[in-house]
Amino acid sequence: MRNAFADEITRLGERDHRIVLLSGDIGNKLFDAFKERFPKRFYNCGVAEQNMMGVAAGMALSGLRPVVYTIAPFTTTRCYEQIRVDLCYHGAPVVVVGTGSGLSYAELGPTHHSLEDLAIMRVLPDMTVLAPCDELELRAGLAAALTIPGPSYMRIGKKGEPKVHHALSSFELGKVIPLLEGSEICLIATGTIVPVAMDAARELNKRGLSTAVVSAPCIKPFDEAYLQDAFSRYRLVATIEEHSRIGGLGALVAQWRVKHENSAARLISFGADDVFMHEIGSQDYARSLHGLTMGNIAQRCAEMCSKMVASEESPCVASA
Amino acid sequence: MQAAELSRISRELRARTIVNAHRTGTPHLGSCLSCMDILTAAYFHALRIDPSDPRSAQRDRFILSKGHGAPALFQVLAMRGFYPKTLLADYGKDGSLFAEHPPAPNYLPGVEAATGSLGHGLPIALGMALAGRVNHAGYRVIALLSDGECNEGSVWEAAMLAAAQRVQNLCAVIDYNKWQATGRSEDVMALAPLADKWRAFGWSVREVDGHDLMGLAEHLSCVPDGSGKPVALVAHTVKGKGVSFMEDDNNWHYRIPNEQDTERAVRELGMSEVLA
Repeated sequence: MRNAFADEITRLGERDHRIVLLSGDIGNKLFDAFKERFPKRFYNCGVAEQNMMGVAAGMALSGLRPVVYTIAPFTTTRCYEQIRVDLCYHGAPVVVVGTGSGLSYAELGPTHHSLEDLAIMRVLPDMTVLAPCDELELRAGLAAALTIPGPSYMRIGKKGEPKVHHALSSFELGKVIPLLEGSEICLIATGTIVPVAMDAARELNKRGLSTAVVSAPCIKPFDEAYLQDAFSRYRLVATIEEHSRIGGLGALVAQWRVKHENSAARLISFGADDVFMHEIGSQDYARSLHGLTMGNIAQRCAEMCSKMVASEESPCVASA
Repeated sequence: MQAAELSRISRELRARTIVNAHRTGTPHLGSCLSCMDILTAAYFHALRIDPSDPRSAQRDRFILSKGHGAPALFQVLAMRGFYPKTLLADYGKDGSLFAEHPPAPNYLPGVEAATGSLGHGLPIALGMALAGRVNHAGYRVIALLSDGECNEGSVWEAAMLAAAQRVQNLCAVIDYNKWQATGRSEDVMALAPLADKWRAFGWSVREVDGHDLMGLAEHLSCVPDGSGKPVALVAHTVKGKGVSFMEDDNNWHYRIPNEQDTERAVRELGMSEVLA
């Protein structure tokens, strides 16, 4: 994904001369093409993220369109006050990109994990929050973020993420993208965990449970019209994110659900547990510790469906 | 502008700020009086600004990084003509634009950044200065910092990047009154030698008298200074400057002047008409 980011920002930089790229001393060689074409619009701001964010704000307030890039925790928690004050309070149109988000850097340990970025970004007024699932959503999301008048945050993976879309016919901020049709269960997934949701849906379909999947590349604003539709059409809605179950996609859907009690559909949220990991391994291993696997998602959804058939109990919110 | 005229302006601004602090219960009076001569020299001499066109792309930018000096800045901007002085009658009222710190730009003409949390202004100023370079605009950016603010690591992050980028259209003025909120700035964070620190960080540094209006006017106008480096003016100041019983007394960081204090201060400044 980071290669797609570097390629897309170079392409966009050609069209829009206000675009400047700020990096926190990472991406060795990654931005060579951008640097070569636009040497005056690339700034390595060093390992100093608070300043980098303030500099980006100052540039945005002077008519430029800065894009800030570093590893997710360092572009969010490390300089959160600068994002809150310099970007959001000022309404400064800066695109903040967090690479290696979620558990992409599982093997680097919790200093490099970002399982709370969606929560802390979406709570900020005027912030747009994006989590593309693959290269195509990333390219479309970046282009869209550069058109809005305020700040945005985009969490992306690192490299080698599987392609989800073969083509994207349209991309709109605040809209989900349907991936698979179904009639009983709906899986709403965000970010690079979407392929796991697809696998879980295929498994559920095999078990005779017709399952739909949508990708939610935009967490804020969220597609509330889709939620309205999903909670009226499906028996079970499940959210899937490589992020804490506190404050992210699952939380926002649950909060929406509280206001819309007339639906009989049940809700399950799959996400990371409220813990720091002390056992280190691959991204897949780390996901499995949080139950973010095809097997667990399919099993929990199937169990919930059979329970509902057995008891026809009243709707409530469950957590995985 | 002549020395006498600048002096009259800064005395009037001091008096108005004191009266406002009394009327509205606004703190940080010592900090406001400490930087008033710097603000006066900048806004009434050095800055290339046009209050009738406050968002002009070519304007010089002034960032009050020590945002708690806002009560002083609000008086300065009104007197400089960015908005009518009568607007200040709203100060302290519900629904007013005047907080104890500057509002977001676009909400009050002349304000460039919503500071108040320390250590934010210099990075923003640096971004504006770099944008000027990208856009081939000839403007300059001045950021006014407090000495206590130099506790913040982000100040030094900005200092290093500005030096690495050889940014010449940027000037940091440090209001060095030797106090921060609860103690001597030297005791709290071993600030000295402050000028040497800026020099070591790659800036062109001058130590100046922060109450010499003509000297300040000249130094602030001399940006870029020909050194190829960003400019730091370490301005030696006195907290509470201009009022005998407030000078170098850190109680006036938070104390609100009562009626008697206010009358006495304004009389000392020779500005009794401000009370009328």
